[in-house]
Amino acid sequence: MAPAQEVSPDTRSDNDLLLSIAVTQCREAFSTLFQRLGPRVKAYMMKVGASPDVAEEITQETFVSVWRKARQFDQRKSSAVTWIFTIARNRRIDRLRKERRPALDPYDPLLVPNKIPTPLEELEQSSIVKNVTASIEKLPVDQRDVVHLSFIEGLSHQEISDRLKTPLGTIKSRLRLSFEKLRLSLGDSQ
Amino acid sequence: MTILHHPGDDLVLGYAAGSLAESWSIAIAAHLTYCPICRLKVEAAENVGGSLLGGLDAEAMAPSALDLLLTQIKGVEQNEPEKPRASIKESSPSKQLSILPSALQSYIGNDVDALPWQRLKNDVFQYLIETNDYEAKARILRIKAGRPVPSHGHRGRELTLVLSGSFEDELSKFSTGDLQDVAEETVHKPVAASGDGCICLAVKDAPLQFKELIPRILQPVLNI
Ligand SMILES: [Zn+2]
Repeated sequence: MAPAQEVSPDTRSDNDLLLSIAVTQCREAFSTLFQRLGPRVKAYMMKVGASPDVAEEITQETFVSVWRKARQFDQRKSSAVTWIFTIARNRRIDRLRKERRPALDPYDPLLVPNKIPTPLEELEQSSIVKNVTASIEKLPVDQRDVVHLSFIEGLSHQEISDRLKTPLGTIKSRLRLSFEKLRLSLGDSQ
Repeated sequence: MTILHHPGDDLVLGYAAGSLAESWSIAIAAHLTYCPICRLKVEAAENVGGSLLGGLDAEAMAPSALDLLLTQIKGVEQNEPEKPRASIKESSPSKQLSILPSALQSYIGNDVDALPWQRLKNDVFQYLIETNDYEAKARILRIKAGRPVPSHGHRGRELTLVLSGSFEDELSKFSTGDLQDVAEETVHKPVAASGDGCICLAVKDAPLQFKELIPRILQPVLNI
């Protein structure tokens, strides 16, 4: 038997951690989630040129938002890592691009609801991210590159075209092709 | 309401990635209010972001980062989960709901009649929306029935989202929630349909010189 004082690493999934933050305000779960994803959020901030100090600061802000909004996390609608991506993305636009992020309000009285359950709703959210990851890995290098430049480096399609010295139309068609494959991997054929 | 006209996938992806400039993003966010199909696409695309974020090489945090964070959340209340607000059907008929999706209300308030409309030729009225991006310009247009929707066929891309009423071009009709995504090379001549005319959100590429040379404060005067 292992000695009693040895602390076993928290093996709970990101989703379970986020849920116990929401339900029991569990600071241990929050610490584990931060240790797991904080360094990646910091890397994400540095990819658009933030200094390590500024990246660290925005990562802190991101996780304060994660704490504050934890009860709005809906595991039927997204996985923890995707949800945290959206919070980090919005902080990055606000702090580093100095633009506002116009957002959909899911409770807007004008919102037209989904009529039928979507393919995404029928899939387990955690398996969606796995499918997406597998599908990204299978993309041809030129398509994977533009996806990365858009999502991680935050470049507009024009900026990607300038960076790669490739016509804008080609960049857009690579993105479109990669998106079609990703959506097929999610069982969405629309 | 069935949405027949959607933004191109490149815009949906750019919106999910967070790499799309603010003015275009307003049109996408507003369209999402009416369009479950595009909402689904955005959700799918956000999973790409989640997947790539999870796969990034870690950047070590400062040794004090966790303690600092735990200090910061001390006393920070968690928000209540949001509750749906009254929908059009549920609210009393006397209480007029805004025709504006919340993504737009956060920029221009909820009352289109109260906007300081600026008159252009042909009885078209516009109101420029102030944003922080130089790449594109967003404005609200109010067009009388039968009058042409201005500035189609110019160089560059243009999105027109119908907020109320409808307009038609040679090929199709655009009703509330429809987003016309016009690429560079197209020339059409849409006109506001009969009835009350049309209120729409129009976003287009800013002319190059405006992106770089003209101070923002002058732009409303120049009617771009
Ligand atoms: Zn749509």
